[in-house]
Amino acid sequence: MSASMQEIAERKYKYGFTTDIAMEEFPRGLSEDIIRLISAKKNEPEWMLEWRLKAYAYWLRIEEPDWAHVKHPPIDYQDLYYYAAPAKEAPKSLDEVDPELLKTYEKLGIPLNERAALAGVAVDAVFDSVSVATTFREMLSKAGVIFCPISEAVREHPELVKKYLGSVVPVRDNYFAALNSAVFSDGSFVYIPKGVRCPMELSTYFRINARNTGQFERTLIIADDDATVSYLEGCTAPMRDENQLHAAVVELVAMENAKIKYSTVQNWYPGDENGKGGIYNFVTKRGACLGKNSKISWTQVETGSAITWKYPSCVLSGENSVGEFYSVAVTNNHQQADTGTKMIHLGRNTTSTIISKGISAGKSDNTYRGLVKIAASASGARNFTQCDSLLIGDQCGAHTVPYIESRNASAKVEHEATTSKIAEDQLFYCRSRGLSEEDAVGLIVNGFCKDVLKELPMEFAVEAQKLLSVSLEGSVG
Amino acid sequence: MLEIKNLHARIGEKEILKGVNLTVPDGEIHAIMGPNGAGKSTLSYVLSGRDGYEVTQGEVFYNGQNILELEPEDRAAAGIFLAFQYPVELPGVGNANFLRTALNAVRRKRGEAELDAVAFLKLARAAIKNLSMKEDFLKRNVNVGFSGGEKKRNEMLQMALLQPGLAILDETDSGLDIDALKIVAEGVNALRSPTFAALVITHYQRLLDHIVPDVVHVLSGGRIVRTGPAALALELEERGYAGLEAA
Ligand SMILES: Nc1ncnc2c1ncn2[C@@H]1O[C@H](COP(=O)(O)OP(=O)(O)O)[C@@H](O)[C@H]1O
Ligand SMILES: [Mg+2]
Repeated sequence: MSASMQEIAERKYKYGFTTDIAMEEFPRGLSEDIIRLISAKKNEPEWMLEWRLKAYAYWLRIEEPDWAHVKHPPIDYQDLYYYAAPAKEAPKSLDEVDPELLKTYEKLGIPLNERAALAGVAVDAVFDSVSVATTFREMLSKAGVIFCPISEAVREHPELVKKYLGSVVPVRDNYFAALNSAVFSDGSFVYIPKGVRCPMELSTYFRINARNTGQFERTLIIADDDATVSYLEGCTAPMRDENQLHAAVVELVAMENAKIKYSTVQNWYPGDENGKGGIYNFVTKRGACLGKNSKISWTQVETGSAITWKYPSCVLSGENSVGEFYSVAVTNNHQQADTGTKMIHLGRNTTSTIISKGISAGKSDNTYRGLVKIAASASGARNFTQCDSLLIGDQCGAHTVPYIESRNASAKVEHEATTSKIAEDQLFYCRSRGLSEEDAVGLIVNGFCKDVLKELPMEFAVEAQKLLSVSLEGSVG
Repeated sequence: MLEIKNLHARIGEKEILKGVNLTVPDGEIHAIMGPNGAGKSTLSYVLSGRDGYEVTQGEVFYNGQNILELEPEDRAAAGIFLAFQYPVELPGVGNANFLRTALNAVRRKRGEAELDAVAFLKLARAAIKNLSMKEDFLKRNVNVGFSGGEKKRNEMLQMALLQPGLAILDETDSGLDIDALKIVAEGVNALRSPTFAALVITHYQRLLDHIVPDVVHVLSGGRIVRTGPAALALELEERGYAGLEAA
């Protein structure tokens, strides 16, 4: 790459740098021994290791799924590293975090110093396979909120972890969930006790840095009766020519009257304009509305990754419980996204809302795949789905694959879908007012996504808007 | 200010403008009248640089600069403003956001400081008041669900904020009641100055009662077929365009 090309690429993906830091890596490949090493490294109790090994045994027996509308060369699971972490002893407090890491997060716009941090946002920073810092823990613990790396929760809060880990996404749920269960490294654990409204926005920032290393995030969030929490995750990775795997499992549990808002701004490295490199983002996210009147709301802005395979879902068991899915998925160049949601209505008078905005540009492919399932027990259930696709140029693809299964005649399911192009007259109108073509596209796209973006916590909505414009740079003209 | 010389333009294979010659000196307002399909809107799009309108011959000078090679946004920054015959809807895009983005884009290119949200709102509110519009105008999405009259007034709001040197009004009067018409006229008259010129495309004398043109042109069959004083508009309203092509 010439110097100026490098510059342009970096302007487009400004998080593509690498951090030069001494790392500890396990040998390449996957085996029982590697899993034992991971478990030992994290000082896990025996039951956790057993759980991992069972998951591994199951994973060995099954095949990678091929139903998604994505294409990629076969992944050689023996060619990956499953654990990589900064070599230094884990820091006990924020003051001890390696300055090189602090600098990295600074550069990513996530200062870990509590004085410099975004007001009202606590951050768990995950670097490859470990959490390197978690801010505002003391303040949160005063409110009774547990916010810590999941590896720590396994040791410190085994009763909660044992009860809920795998309760929403069982080990055998799917190929990537089984793999994650065997080798998961770090992610966040959140417990909001009864009646507590979490006093801060919680967030996890995932960073992949090491080469050829898979990241196996595991996150578990439990909101007890009458508890409320808003959680946000962000993700970035260096620009590399090889594909890297991020296979996450996220589980949410909402008890009676509990509310969980989970927002994602996913900006993994998408690969270059020829489709070289980029993250494979194969993720299982699911929430269980166990209690009456509980609510789980997923909001995602997906702009990065070479391939995204992800269906944040809600299992609505509690009476009157509510599931929401608000999604913007942008694909440009050779990116592929197959994303959507599953709303499983089990309880009476459960409601769900799905608003999906897919934007495809370049030679990319963008699929919405959604399932609305109404069980016989779900009298009075209601769903509203709105799926809109916006095409930029004529070499990209947009697909909508809605599945509806209703076993209760009293349920009401509404589905609306549109596909449109950015109209020439809209672009010209904006340009005649002085906007450049790219600014015009940015404005029109942000307008198209407004119903989703307004669901994001305010602090992040502006960032997301900028991200949308940057992701589509060079997509017109 | 504006000098159009032997302008030929086509859309696809079809030649629409067949040698337009037109000069608008500094400080003047010229009306363009003519039958439907004459090429009036085409002329306004060619002047503002719309894709798909191919100039095959001729030149257009604006303040001495040949503008035909400029992108639409650069023409806007240079001071050319088109009030659309059919203003375009932008779903989800707030009017205030749109106006401020446009204004700042133009200001940037003109080497002027950008306006922050507070300064912009002050400016926009004043302009809105002058146009007798409701303040919720700023909160609504650009032209979405606007009545015909509201859309036209929104064009005038944009014009008032962007302060063009050359305004092209493409049938801004059609669909307006008499009060709205007066407001539009006031908006244009307020810009009148030695460094402002306008091309007012219209079918009706009633607009020209309020914006009195210095010169009236008749465009027919892709050419200017007649040019005369303000009184020409009255004559056209009485007799129609019949027979003009031959003149
Ligand atoms: N996009 C287009 N493609 C092909 N022909 C067009 C297009 N737009 C306008 N025309 C034709 O160009 C001629 C002039 O149209 P227009 O400039 O809109 O006229 P006016 O504004 O004077 O009514 C008409 O014959 C019209 O049918
Ligand atoms: Mg017209």
